[in-house]
Amino acid sequence: MKLTQSPAVRVGLSISIATGLYGISFGALSVTSGLDFWQTMALSLLLFSGGSQFAFIGVVAGGGSGIAAMGAATLLGMRNGIYGMQLNALLQPRGWRRFAAAHVTIDESTATSTGQTDPAEQRRGFWTAGIGVFVLWNLFTAVGALAGSALGDPKQWGLDGAAVAAFLGLLWPRLKGREPVAIAVVCALATVLAVPLVPAGVPILVAALVAAVAGWFSHGRSDEGLEPDVDPYADQHHGSGASTRPGEPL
Amino acid sequence: MTLWLWLLLSCVLAYAWKLMGYLVPASLLQNPRMSRVAGTMTIGLLASLTVVNTLASGQSLALDARLGALGAAAVALVFRAPFLVVVLAGAGAAAGLRLLGWN
Repeated sequence: MKLTQSPAVRVGLSISIATGLYGISFGALSVTSGLDFWQTMALSLLLFSGGSQFAFIGVVAGGGSGIAAMGAATLLGMRNGIYGMQLNALLQPRGWRRFAAAHVTIDESTATSTGQTDPAEQRRGFWTAGIGVFVLWNLFTAVGALAGSALGDPKQWGLDGAAVAAFLGLLWPRLKGREPVAIAVVCALATVLAVPLVPAGVPILVAALVAAVAGWFSHGRSDEGLEPDVDPYADQHHGSGASTRPGEPL
Repeated sequence: MTLWLWLLLSCVLAYAWKLMGYLVPASLLQNPRMSRVAGTMTIGLLASLTVVNTLASGQSLALDARLGALGAAAVALVFRAPFLVVVLAGAGAAAGLRLLGWN
């Protein structure tokens, strides 16, 4: 089969463009948070997990210490370990491929892959979205970082407002149902209460602890909150024609 | 220089999480409780980061133009706008409110 005929490849490419583009906002926010160009690029190249990257610069922008930034980014990266397990069972990469697969294990590649039913398609979807997002995310991070440092006073352009919107945008798709909303509200309240009491950056870790306790004792769906930021199959949900259905072998 | 250190350590730990999923026997981590904690922690952290970036000003709370950004972003999300549009709505609202004198 030609790669261009693979539905998983098509989904992977479109998700790469949609996700890659918002690397612009990451790059711009990162340099206005006080990181330099190379620190920004190091996050996109080496850490490569949108939520964790935004968390790192979000804590730094709020005056938090490097260790608090690391704590928030690392805890937010925990879900990638769960994705890794699912993908290992699904794709069983061997040798060096396993180490490469780990690096491009993110919301988008996982969702593109697990949305397919045919094993070959799952594999194509994972690598297309993983590599595609990686390339475009880094390209647009660089564009955003260069543009951001040319902007001057970030407040004048509302870039702190852009950061607020970015975090709400990352949270939003995960708020499906009553329990995730309740967890978000409780953690938001815990944060508000903690801000005046503990050093900057630490309120986020307090909220993480509250959320972990809630998850440990709750009986909700086990994959609660693990939705990707962008739904790779959003078009297909109200699309028509069997050829665009995910997992439909051609 | 210390920021570099924490930054690179964050990168190592992020990769460690990812790789752990591939290296740990599936049975060990196919614990629904672990998946649930990963999920609720993601929600909690993002909710907290949203609040901190909206309200915190160092160690105090402030009601300023960022509240407008939060509102504008929420409206954009309700109308299913793409991520970039949501971010631009937030920036536009904050910049606009400041132009009007609410900082």
